[in-house]
Amino acid sequence: MMNYFPDEVIEHIFDYVVSHRDRNALSLVCKSWYRIERCTRQRVFIGNCYSITPERLIQRFPGLKSLTLKGKPHFADFSLVPYGWGGFVYPWIEALAKRRVGLEELRLKRMVVSDESLELLSRSFTNFKSLVLVSCEGFTTDGLAAVAANCRYLRELDLQENEVEDHKGQWLSCFPDSCTSLVSLNFACLKGEVSLGALERLVARSPNLKSLKLNRSVPLDALQRILTRAPQLADLGIGSLVHDPESEAYIKLKNTILKCKSITSLSGLLEVAPHCLAAIYPICPNLTSLNLSYAAGIQGSDLIKLIRHCVKLQRLWIMDCIGDKGLGVVAQTCTDLQELRVFPSVPFGNPAANVTEVGLVAISMGCPKLHSLLYFCHQMTNAALITVAKNCPNFIRFRLCILDATKPDPDTMQPLDEGFGAIVQSCRRLRRLSLSGQLTDQVFLYIGMYAEKLEMLSIAFAGDSDKGMLYVLNGCKKLRKLEIRDCPFGDMALLTDVGKYETMRSLWMSSCEVTVGACKLLAKKMPRLNVEIFNENEQEDCSLEDGQRVEKMYLYRTLAGKRKDAPEYVWTL
Amino acid sequence: MWSQSQSSIHSSESDAADCNLKETELTLGLPGTKTAAKRYFSDTVEDLATSLDKSKFPTYKEQVVGWPPVRASRKNALKSWKLVKVAVDGAPYLRKVDLEMYESYEDLMRELESMFCGLAIRNHLMNERKLMESVNGIEYMPTYEDKDGDWMLVGDVPWKMFVESCKRIRLVISSEAIVLGPRSSSKCSGST
Repeated sequence: MMNYFPDEVIEHIFDYVVSHRDRNALSLVCKSWYRIERCTRQRVFIGNCYSITPERLIQRFPGLKSLTLKGKPHFADFSLVPYGWGGFVYPWIEALAKRRVGLEELRLKRMVVSDESLELLSRSFTNFKSLVLVSCEGFTTDGLAAVAANCRYLRELDLQENEVEDHKGQWLSCFPDSCTSLVSLNFACLKGEVSLGALERLVARSPNLKSLKLNRSVPLDALQRILTRAPQLADLGIGSLVHDPESEAYIKLKNTILKCKSITSLSGLLEVAPHCLAAIYPICPNLTSLNLSYAAGIQGSDLIKLIRHCVKLQRLWIMDCIGDKGLGVVAQTCTDLQELRVFPSVPFGNPAANVTEVGLVAISMGCPKLHSLLYFCHQMTNAALITVAKNCPNFIRFRLCILDATKPDPDTMQPLDEGFGAIVQSCRRLRRLSLSGQLTDQVFLYIGMYAEKLEMLSIAFAGDSDKGMLYVLNGCKKLRKLEIRDCPFGDMALLTDVGKYETMRSLWMSSCEVTVGACKLLAKKMPRLNVEIFNENEQEDCSLEDGQRVEKMYLYRTLAGKRKDAPEYVWTL
Repeated sequence: MWSQSQSSIHSSESDAADCNLKETELTLGLPGTKTAAKRYFSDTVEDLATSLDKSKFPTYKEQVVGWPPVRASRKNALKSWKLVKVAVDGAPYLRKVDLEMYESYEDLMRELESMFCGLAIRNHLMNERKLMESVNGIEYMPTYEDKDGDWMLVGDVPWKMFVESCKRIRLVISSEAIVLGPRSSSKCSGST
């Protein structure tokens, strides 16, 4: 029926289809839909920058305006990927610039971004509007200066958890006076000082600024002047909130904040004096999002007092110094809570400040809408997990990290199989799961049986045999990313269903029982997979024995073939 | 006693350094003597904050790379900041340095050198640290105000203890610094 419509009409209808998944489905219907879809697609997401070449991307989607690219494997976040592995954005920017693509938006995650690439980006795309860098590295404030100076229509510069070398340059002063289009500016991750004068002037001439996240070098008095000029802010990241509460600056800030009625999201407080917190109480009742996961200065009773004001929270990121008692207060106060992340305040265990199963059970009782959890804790019990599964069946993301990675249920000394089993059984929409604690193959049987929608699974120090991994590979039909470390899964698990890996984005296995020979065999059978093994300790010329155990293996499907930018320690089989 | 009053003043971050002090006392102080912090020790004192942690929680997870799965950037960000002002006699401006960014006195001196052009490090007489203005040969000596408000010579205490205690830094012309108190007098002002 729709094939009788002229192309223009179909094109118009396609305009209403925005999700990547739906667009992909459209393009598979017939040749004519494929053609119309590809010519009208403006936004593209590429989950692995080595899965396809930039040339192929541009060829297929000539009208591309917004590109999201991801680089290194997720485990790179935790230092498991050796330095220099790859994930360079330069070839992408170079190709896009050469083909004169009208790029307006670029979002990168875990990629290596050089100053050179930022410079090229800033000069190549006249209508460039939005740059979002998450967990990227390789650039300095000089690159940011180029973006500030040259992207005349810049709306968004969002730097989240990047490693940026700070040249203490005046990058913020490089925004020209004509730049008035900023909607979002986040430089909370920068270490160095910024020019406060330039910052205040930039805020003053940006009437549309909605989101501003400052770094810790921006002091309280500057914050006060900024808020006076931008009462329209909805999303605020405070750098430093330290001052004498008797001082004029503090009193001024208190009065200014009363006028900031539109703030619904608060983060930062990287440097904070607890006695200054009262200044932000007035905005707390409006907050739907609060991120205190970097606010090491707020602890104990101050933290709990602050939370008591935040009755509308939907998202809360916090450190474990809140304790089980504090989580009880969260449960009473934040009944709309949908997302909770509890981070360890001292990564290597400070038993005085911690959370356990008690806090999680309290949250599950008080917050029935909870659908997303990241929880670093000292212990967990099966009974607690079963209760949580019953109270919160809506989980989409459930990531539990017991700091002692193989700790059993402390009440029964049993593995946590039944507890996680209850989670996957009750939460039928679960897409992401991270396991920890003592676990046997049984938990993987449950996951394979029940977690039908699971897309990403992280496993560490778990399982007994190849069966564990096979349960997951056989059962989880929607699985796209599987990352495994320190598990006794070997060649049999890896090779039983090699076709599966073409349906997935990637598989990471480190410190498992997989051998070089099995990886070679897999690579030979499946030419569209890149099987990379990392050999940090080997001599360059030493050839690997087939029977040797592989320390780290990363495999992914690709249409681009072997990559050419791999460092010497990466062997692509 | 001393350490208790410390922990009530400082936040938990400084607790590690507080323990650090205690540790140095146990290691190097004379048994039974109630010396305060103003002694100087050999430069071989290791990073006690970490060694203390390990002795307290010797679980295997510490040796495992990437567990618990916390981003390196998050760990770094939790590190404390310690901004202090630096003045140079005769310079019309002050600068700030973050002491937490440096690992040792040598690192800091290198930064000061690049911060105020014209100064060059000069290792003078054993461990005493002096900065020298190369053009007209004026000698500078790095001094700092400690938490008790006393002016001390940079280098008198282990690096970690210095980071904890330093309120500001001043590079004074050597001839004037002698008045402030070389090591012998600092010892006196420390013991009560």
